[in-house]
Amino acid sequence: MLGSALDIVEHCGVARFAFLDFPLGNPCGKPYDRTMQREVLAAALALFETAAGPNTTRRLPWRWSEDDSWRDGYMAIDAADAARLAKQGAARRAHRQALRDAGRVRAG
Amino acid sequence: MRQPKLYDAVPMSDPVAYMARTRRYYDAQGFAPYRWAQHDDAPFAPLPKPLAECVLAVVTTAALYDREESDPRHVASASALEPPERLFADDLAWDKKATHLDDRASYLPLEALREEVAAGHLGGLTPRFHCAPTEYSARRTRDVDAPELAKRCREDGADVALLVPL
Repeated sequence: MLGSALDIVEHCGVARFAFLDFPLGNPCGKPYDRTMQREVLAAALALFETAAGPNTTRRLPWRWSEDDSWRDGYMAIDAADAARLAKQGAARRAHRQALRDAGRVRAG
Repeated sequence: MRQPKLYDAVPMSDPVAYMARTRRYYDAQGFAPYRWAQHDDAPFAPLPKPLAECVLAVVTTAALYDREESDPRHVASASALEPPERLFADDLAWDKKATHLDDRASYLPLEALREEVAAGHLGGLTPRFHCAPTEYSARRTRDVDAPELAKRCREDGADVALLVPL
């Protein structure tokens, strides 16, 4: 696996994990940076041969930016969001219930 | 001598705690805590032969069409030889503040894989890539979607699979 959510993948457990510490969405390298993308992929492929057992994680050496502020934004919540999120959750539950009632859910 | 860069002096930041943040977010929406899949015995198989002789299949979590969040999700496949210019993932959780999905190669590495094949580092690429539906239900992923994905990989003669979740 090549991805960017270290805690989730290690919790789940996989055979081999190449971890790129980037914002979720670009696990193969920065958009339009062909050189980095090629090197990231090569590092991930190398794990097929070098990993000796399951749950092998290799942390890849690239950084998204010198400034780490991108880490703070994901699912950030401040006090002003609380009421909005509670309302959003209630609306989502009602929507899902309506889909279930209409039979618009996946079987199995 | 190499000049030290500014960030040499500080340790690398810790990876983002996605599970804790997701729990907090779901809690703020009034949902019960999500239970992520957990496998204490993740399967592992050594390569059956050198990577330079292996055929590889790619699996992404992006979709082939612009899905509504409430659309039922299914395993899908498309040509890896003439892939679509873009895939779709607006209905998935990824960092929409920090980045974008305008460059398909940043999340589905078909061109880079072809270069690895051309360089002789990888035996080949299957004619299709696959889209895994990221389901809320871990059971459905394990019992329905994963076997279907494995079946399609085998049908295409894959020796190994590279999973690239967004």
